[in-house]
Amino acid sequence: MNDSQHLSSQFDEDLSRLRTAVLQMGGLVETQVSSAIEAYGTGEVTSVKYIVDTDRKVNDLELAIDDDCAHLIAKRQPAASDLRLVFGISKIVTDLERAGDEAKKIAKGVRRIYEAGQMPSQYGIGVRHIAEAALGMLRQALDAFARLDTELAVRVIQADANVDTEFKSIMRQLITHMMEDPRTITTSIDIIWIARAVERIGDHAKNVAEHVVYIVEGRDIRHPPKENKA
Amino acid sequence: MQIHDNPALKAEARNLNFFYGEAKALKNINMPIYDKKVTALIGPSGCGKSTYLRSFNRMHDLYPGNRYEGEIRFFPDNTNLLSPEVDPIEVRMRVGMVFQKPNPFPKSIFENVAYGLRVRGENNKRVLDDKVESALRGAAIWEEVKDRLNELASNLSGGQQQRLCIARALATDPELLLFDEPTSALDPIATAAIEELVHELKKRVTILIVTHNMQQAARVSDYTAYMFLGEMVEFGKTDEIFIKPKDKRTEDYITGRMG
Repeated sequence: MNDSQHLSSQFDEDLSRLRTAVLQMGGLVETQVSSAIEAYGTGEVTSVKYIVDTDRKVNDLELAIDDDCAHLIAKRQPAASDLRLVFGISKIVTDLERAGDEAKKIAKGVRRIYEAGQMPSQYGIGVRHIAEAALGMLRQALDAFARLDTELAVRVIQADANVDTEFKSIMRQLITHMMEDPRTITTSIDIIWIARAVERIGDHAKNVAEHVVYIVEGRDIRHPPKENKA
Repeated sequence: MQIHDNPALKAEARNLNFFYGEAKALKNINMPIYDKKVTALIGPSGCGKSTYLRSFNRMHDLYPGNRYEGEIRFFPDNTNLLSPEVDPIEVRMRVGMVFQKPNPFPKSIFENVAYGLRVRGENNKRVLDDKVESALRGAAIWEEVKDRLNELASNLSGGQQQRLCIARALATDPELLLFDEPTSALDPIATAAIEELVHELKKRVTILIVTHNMQQAARVSDYTAYMFLGEMVEFGKTDEIFIKPKDKRTEDYITGRMG
């Protein structure tokens, strides 16, 4: 990445403001996700309102950042690393906003479970575990963006496979649970929705990490070709 | 967009050095010019891009003390354009040039375009009529001037004059066209017309263009070369140069970081 200054200091300021705004938005999404996980563990339904309110701020930031990106392209015609940064940011905010939406889904699921008086059974523990993993991926993806650290980004991308595997194993457990005791179906389905949202948060963190690699190296590593494909 | 990996070569600079007296203006340039492609030369003022461009039709021969080293091979016949045995007039028949400011001769529109053919000894009226019309059509100006071919070229607008100069260059059926900042004196509309024309022209002729407008280089060219202080810093596909240049100096220049 290019850290020397532009001839136009205004351009430098615009880019640095854009990056700060992305990190601010990422910080909000991170608190949404961590509050949602906490609510899942404690049944603290009041934090649901906080998560929903934060989502509005996240949405506003997404619109504002995208708008800034469009203006910057129109006014400055960025090229090379600048172009990749602006383009990458525009994609990163989409993924962050969606991760925020998933946190909101978790929060609402938690409210349904606790309001029905159904505490998550021991089968819910696995969910907390992948939720921590997905949150860690999100944090690291944002760190990778802040420091333009591709090694960290690659680690995030690799971590996603574990979250996906654990999600499948949670699904299997819950399906068995529902077959054994049909009275748990309603809660189990809510937990599946929550686990699904967590898994999606991991996917979005992975996408953010892929955009970071593109910004730094100009390589688009999404959709790698399958090996040994005849 | 993918460009063929190995298009045919139209020309190639090999270990090219150029001296204005003692001053070395080009330093060991090696670069391919691909056939029927547009190659843009970019770089800050004084980097040697115009010097390089002008070497292709021996413009430097006009001044004493200028000296070439190395060669520019021209294909398919593998002629060295810089060889003292090669007649510069012959080179200029094959390599046309369009300048920064439109420079029509103080003659009629028709005679401007016919000039190169007359120099070549062509005086048959029918042949001249045909060639002038096809050159004017090729330069996308025929419809605007067909009813006033005998008017003075200087009555045309700047953008029209520039297209007339392109027609004049096309009339001798050149194989390579050199453009030295062809739109820097034109408004955006006339500029767009010239760029569109470049796009059409590359179907039949190879183009080498010097431009200060980087967006223009990005828009019109297939290949881009970045020059700095007389050196060829980076040559590559335009798509790659503007997204992911390999050299930090190229990156700094195209992102506006050059001090």
